[in-house]
Amino acid sequence: MKNKGLYLLLLPGVLFLTLFMIIPIVLTIASTFFHEGSFTFAGYRQFLTDPYFIKILLTTLQVSLVTTIACILLGFPAAYYISKLGPRKKVILLALAIFPLLMSSVVRSFSWMIILGKKGLLNSSLISMGLIEKPLEILYTPTAMMIGLIHLFLPLIIITLVGVMENIDPDLIKAAESLGASRFTAFRKVIVPLSVPGLIVGSILVFVGSLTAYTTPALLGGKQRVISTFLYQNAITLNDWHRASVIATIMIVITLAVIFLMNKLATKLNPKG
Amino acid sequence: MQEKNRGLALFTLLVFLFLLGPLLIISFTSFEPGTVLKFPPEGFSWRWYENILEVEMFMTTFKTSMFVSLAGNLLALALGIPAAYALSRFQFKGKAALNAIFISPVLIPGIVMGFAMLKYVIIVYDLPIYAGLLAGHTVLMLPFIIRVVASSLANFDFAVEEAALSLGAGRLETFFKVVLPNIRSGIIAAILIAFLESFNNVDISVFMTGPGVSTLPIQMLTYVENNFDPTIAAISVLLMIVTAILMFIIERLIGLSYFTKR
Repeated sequence: MKNKGLYLLLLPGVLFLTLFMIIPIVLTIASTFFHEGSFTFAGYRQFLTDPYFIKILLTTLQVSLVTTIACILLGFPAAYYISKLGPRKKVILLALAIFPLLMSSVVRSFSWMIILGKKGLLNSSLISMGLIEKPLEILYTPTAMMIGLIHLFLPLIIITLVGVMENIDPDLIKAAESLGASRFTAFRKVIVPLSVPGLIVGSILVFVGSLTAYTTPALLGGKQRVISTFLYQNAITLNDWHRASVIATIMIVITLAVIFLMNKLATKLNPKG
Repeated sequence: MQEKNRGLALFTLLVFLFLLGPLLIISFTSFEPGTVLKFPPEGFSWRWYENILEVEMFMTTFKTSMFVSLAGNLLALALGIPAAYALSRFQFKGKAALNAIFISPVLIPGIVMGFAMLKYVIIVYDLPIYAGLLAGHTVLMLPFIIRVVASSLANFDFAVEEAALSLGAGRLETFFKVVLPNIRSGIIAAILIAFLESFNNVDISVFMTGPGVSTLPIQMLTYVENNFDPTIAAISVLLMIVTAILMFIIERLIGLSYFTKR
């Protein structure tokens, strides 16, 4: 009886996911190994020897890496500051960090089009200050993509780190300081190592998020493709579904590999374990 | 010591300026009276807010977005609440695997999911685009519903349920009269979080467009590629207001810790 009840509770959800997610994903992956009825790796061989695709892949990885590092450098100190605040101020700052996260990525990327455009806010201010004569070409470059992605994902790493730092016992820092450590040393030797798990989770979210983001590169990247916009282009504009499926599979493999490796790293570095 | 804190405070201020500045700029430009987006705006006018109502595609896609996010939400609740209850209440074989399956939609890149759904749900299963869009958004919302509902069930004392059962109430009756009222705020928060996630979605919706069918974010994306007037800025301001209200309600219901815990 108990088992039958369990099935009834779980089965509808599992069936729905199987039908609308698992089967489509599995068959998309499987389809990449078959071409005109026979088993083949040709799709992948063709890809991994295509300099254009390699360039897109490298640009994507580079943009994601820079975004992740920038998010850590900007997010870590800010998160530390927020975690030390009193409850009222903390809630306000957390809310201000979460708010953009809940906003549409179209809106957030669009705001950077206003700022970075040829006649945008940044260029017109720099010109009126006399710092530059000709407008800088930032919009529709990898730099614009990175700025948009940092803006998109910075809140994620801040709130993840605040969640971890809040739980660090303040007595540990006092203890370190009373034993003669300077404030900075205490920060470096106590706060930083204890924040590593949060840092890794946050970095996974930012790196994988940047690797697979579509809206921001589509709006800010111009003709510069990354792997997600390349997938869309192949599927919709070029109508080459075999290639699109190969790209989709490569994206799944990279995503899962990053999550797996970073989780391994997290268990290895976890000071408690 | 004080000196260093001031430096850190200033740094944090700059970080928040970077995060929120662009949203403020977009808000100002929405009141531009001219036809080209400018910052600062050259005057004050509501004309681009009125323009939202005049561009028919914004209204139709808004309705589609609302329908898909609300109907998909109901569907995800119907599938997700029983699953979250089973996963929190009982110990059984294969529980970890099932947990993983229910969370998996957030692990698959959205753009990959959208493409796979187009390929199979629309083409192979031959479902209408509208139905495919609804199915896709339901899959998208399910993990959020399960996560939030399961975490409020984790705070529920199942001894209360046992008591009701031992007093002769039926399982179903107990669930609706004892369990559900106790996790009400969790469920409302789950609805709102899933709604925001679905309403803003681009990755799946971008593949599910067809004659007369598209969602608001996709329509905005297309509009931005061809126009540079302040209409999108005006829509953005409206979206910001709604988002702020929903976030406030979520904070009241379950607190902001939902977002900081991972």
